[in-house]
Amino acid sequence: MASYAPSSSLRYRDAARAAVAVAATVWFFGASFGLVARAAGMGVLAPLVMSATTFAGSAQFAVASILGGSGAALAAIAAAVLLNARYAPISISVAQLFHGPRLRRLAESQLIVDESWALAGRSGRFDRRVLLGAGLLLYVAWVSGTAVGVLAGNALGDPKDLGLDGAFPALFLALLVPQLRTRRAVVAALVSAAIALLLIPITPAGTPIVAASAACLLGLRSGR
Amino acid sequence: MSTLWLVVLVVGAATVALKATGPVLLGGRAIPEAVAGVVELLAPVLLTALVVTQTVGGDNELVLDARLAGVGAGALAIAARAPLPAVVVVAAAATALARLVL
Repeated sequence: MASYAPSSSLRYRDAARAAVAVAATVWFFGASFGLVARAAGMGVLAPLVMSATTFAGSAQFAVASILGGSGAALAAIAAAVLLNARYAPISISVAQLFHGPRLRRLAESQLIVDESWALAGRSGRFDRRVLLGAGLLLYVAWVSGTAVGVLAGNALGDPKDLGLDGAFPALFLALLVPQLRTRRAVVAALVSAAIALLLIPITPAGTPIVAASAACLLGLRSGR
Repeated sequence: MSTLWLVVLVVGAATVALKATGPVLLGGRAIPEAVAGVVELLAPVLLTALVVTQTVGGDNELVLDARLAGVGAGALAIAARAPLPAVVVVAAAATALARLVL
């Protein structure tokens, strides 16, 4: 590995520290997914396979709650795919970080998850090492959390009692701030917020984020 | 195949494909200049949408609850230039506290 300037290694140490804090939060959510999935009758293996392949919290919780209720397969699939549709624009935003054979890009892209993606863009420019490093750490946290949750979840309690559901939006807010360097970015963010607020009450979960991403089309205008 | 495994496999395959969209279709080549400005705005736009939906998003309704207090406290920590782990801890603590009180 090439030598890096001190500022660069400091930046990575900083990123690693942040990733560990986020991974601890993600681990608890993985555990609570395991618990909820087990309670919904998904057994032990299916939640684990799901965490290892889907690796996206909100969609997995949606599946568990729908299967635990009505049990309609189509409803569960539709809700989960809609919730994860945001990964199309998210993955496009970091497409430039992926090189090499197609299969390798496919494998590496599976480490994209909201938090690893947001952490990687922290300095205002996306960083491949942070994306993949944080992604791997979060993957291990998510899958191991799920394993503990399906086997011994009751002992852990509800992550909501720890306020962890308020920690994620605050994390994304902290990572949004450095992205707002230009006037155009601020305007696009405001348009995105307006679209999301308008659609939350009237569309299924997942739709508001995908629709709000259309605000990026403001980037088509010439000039900055 | 049982309903459960059908759902697990279909959702897993769909998510793998969604996450691979950018890296597989566009990876390793330069972005055309015309869309560079659009791609550049994806990060702020998507992060904003995540903040909004996770703060006030509910089951087909806007929900104002303890999460709002957590994000508010997190915003103060951000304004005070607190490091990221501190922002996460402050936001979680404020959310938990607000949930106890409300």
